[in-house]
Amino acid sequence: MFAYAGKILRVNLTTGKISTEPLNEELAKNYIGGIGLGIRLLMDNSKAGTDPFSPDNPLIFATGPLSGTMGPTAGNGYAVVSKSPATGGVGEAKAHGFFGPDLKRAGYDAVIITGKADKLSYLWIDDDKVEIRNAEQLTGKSPYETDVAIREELGDYYIRVSAIGEAGEKLCRIACIINDEFRAIGRTGMGAVMGSKNLKAVAVRGTNDVNVANLDGFKEFVKMIHERMKGPATKKYKTLGTPENVLVLNSLYALATRNFTNSQFEGAQKVSGEYLNEHYVKKIVGCATCGMRCDHIAVVPEGPYQGSTSRLEFECLWSMGPLCGVDRLDAIIEAMRIVNEYGMDGISIGVVVAFAMDCYEHGVITKEQTDGIDLRFGNAEALIAIIHKIGKREGWLGNALAEGVARAAEIIGNGAEKYACHIKGLELPGYDLRTLKTAALGFSVSFRGACHLRNGAYSPDVKGKVNRFKIEAGRGKLIADESKMYNIIDSLIVCKFSRGTYYDGWKDLANYYTLATGIPMTPEEMAKVGDRIENLARLFNIREGKGTRKYDTLPWKIKNCPVPEEGPAKGVAVNEEEFQIGLDDYYAVRGWTADGVPTVEKLKELGLGDLAYIAEKAMQGGA
Amino acid sequence: MVRPQDRKFVTADPEKCIGCTVCEYACSMTNEKTYNPTKSRIRALRLGPLNNLAVTCRHCEDPACIAACPRDALSQEEDTGIIIVDENACNGCAWCISACQFGAMMMHPEKKVVFTCNSCKDQPDGPQCVKWCPEEALSFVSAQQLAQKSRLSAVKNLFQEAKEKTAEAK
Repeated sequence: MFAYAGKILRVNLTTGKISTEPLNEELAKNYIGGIGLGIRLLMDNSKAGTDPFSPDNPLIFATGPLSGTMGPTAGNGYAVVSKSPATGGVGEAKAHGFFGPDLKRAGYDAVIITGKADKLSYLWIDDDKVEIRNAEQLTGKSPYETDVAIREELGDYYIRVSAIGEAGEKLCRIACIINDEFRAIGRTGMGAVMGSKNLKAVAVRGTNDVNVANLDGFKEFVKMIHERMKGPATKKYKTLGTPENVLVLNSLYALATRNFTNSQFEGAQKVSGEYLNEHYVKKIVGCATCGMRCDHIAVVPEGPYQGSTSRLEFECLWSMGPLCGVDRLDAIIEAMRIVNEYGMDGISIGVVVAFAMDCYEHGVITKEQTDGIDLRFGNAEALIAIIHKIGKREGWLGNALAEGVARAAEIIGNGAEKYACHIKGLELPGYDLRTLKTAALGFSVSFRGACHLRNGAYSPDVKGKVNRFKIEAGRGKLIADESKMYNIIDSLIVCKFSRGTYYDGWKDLANYYTLATGIPMTPEEMAKVGDRIENLARLFNIREGKGTRKYDTLPWKIKNCPVPEEGPAKGVAVNEEEFQIGLDDYYAVRGWTADGVPTVEKLKELGLGDLAYIAEKAMQGGA
Repeated sequence: MVRPQDRKFVTADPEKCIGCTVCEYACSMTNEKTYNPTKSRIRALRLGPLNNLAVTCRHCEDPACIAACPRDALSQEEDTGIIIVDENACNGCAWCISACQFGAMMMHPEKKVVFTCNSCKDQPDGPQCVKWCPEEALSFVSAQQLAQKSRLSAVKNLFQEAKEKTAEAK
């Protein structure tokens, strides 16, 4: 096989058994790699009802077919897939940087990790030599400290490490996995699954060649993408970066503020991309093989957090800034740095803190329960203090919040669930769903819970292509079409920041795939793979009892707290009627039943007939 | 004959280099027809997010690698300064690797002999890492040109500062 390594590695941490098996070419073509391949392997290697923290829950690291090639952004990715401890359904996230290509060069398209080590351990993959090593000395270390320590221990600076921090070790359900200091397998709590296996890190050194089927053709294609990356399609990421969104969303009444209470932030200017770049960004760097650059490295020049350094993107800036009412970038940069040290999802953590602040301001939790932290909106010191408590699972509140907002609300009780902004157990990302209603519908049906990157449904709203203040028939198709594209992006594992450079969409991506792998692929076939992956993920969620209509929901505040700001958005919230119309429309477009279950006919058409039993059982009321 | 000070080599500007390793991939693609940074003649290093630099052979005058070789496997091309490895003579003893201050002499993972930058001399448009670098951080220059470039930017900065000071004074 070209581009693919052609091999899957299996590691059982309980027994220490390590084995490999060939990657079936048909499986590769049907699911591409990354999350597509990962979710299929998850489905086939787990039993229904497995607890996410059970040793039997497989933790799957998957590369994409382009990982290890020179494909700009595509050469450097990897994905992690498992059953999510946040949602109880599909958990998946991707990260770029330098780790992915080494895993491919070591010779693996996927690594399936099961079992639980008897003490904190790390996995050392040195090409075909694979070893489980002691990591007790790394207990409590940050992912980056772990990275440095492992490279020193093994004596090679070019070893790449993907690790969890204290939050992962302590099974915080918002824990992530981090490689290359700032690059996170961020969402859906994959770090907690890793922690449940007593697996501190995966270290890898790959020295094998990655060969593409048509080197000259591939080279020309890459050259073309490099050229396009110099143009308008990536300008935003190379200049202000994603924090450009702050003022854009603020002007649209879509910058969710103080836990989705307000839709505009009076401090927006002070936390804007413009302000960040002028006062804090020191350098913009990039990942392996990338022809653009986007990593805005911010350094605090003075004040209490002087010297604090972190990469900062919009989502995390938003969650720990406007959403918590905090207008101090120095504190946000410091918060981001700490969140990376504990190894937590930078989106979820801010939503968790904002939830706690909302509860505090409404008297749902008391100052005694916060251990004396004055959790008012806008209190930057409180933000940082509570992050430490969550990362360490310290105190009653820290421990509750480490469970994520959905579970924390149950623990806290007293009406706290009204302030818990999540979908399926995953915290909302940085878009006010009251004023971006295609996004509201799109996020609600995303298979990994609240997510802007499963179908990009915020885009037509923000770009003004639709009336964003209402949900109407037609939105379902927009969401379904984009979800296929996003599934392929995450299976090839190209960076979403580069999506604008594939001018010819499916044609470009199919061509890219074939040039690399030599496996014929038409644009239509590739779109079908995208659809297959969506249905597969939905089936997994249904199998786990989390995939039908009643789980496609919106947070209470999005429906019940209208936008208070004077102006065009005043009084807007999502009403139940339009939301249900939206779901009907979406399911119909997808070929699903009114309960949101894929029909057997649809599954057969997609080559998922072997899993039709899951849908049949659900239709009989079994799920 | 080319004067030693006019010999060109590939060098990275630390202000511009972001450690993205595109150069490594371009090198292995060009010279080895595959993608494999461990076969690249240029290697990028990231000491931290703000400190990145790609390093390769600087085609030194009186190269330490050649002096260190006990088997006379290395020689230097007169015109280009490129270090030529006689793959039949080299036995991979790595004395030259110890001797090179830049880590530019490396062991080939398959051939078990050393290899280093050949300035892509077979390529009509010169070193491919330079062509591919998305940040234009790499250049193929002589020591003379490199010194000129540094002087020019130092003096430009000086005058810029002077201008700003004048503006402030006003």
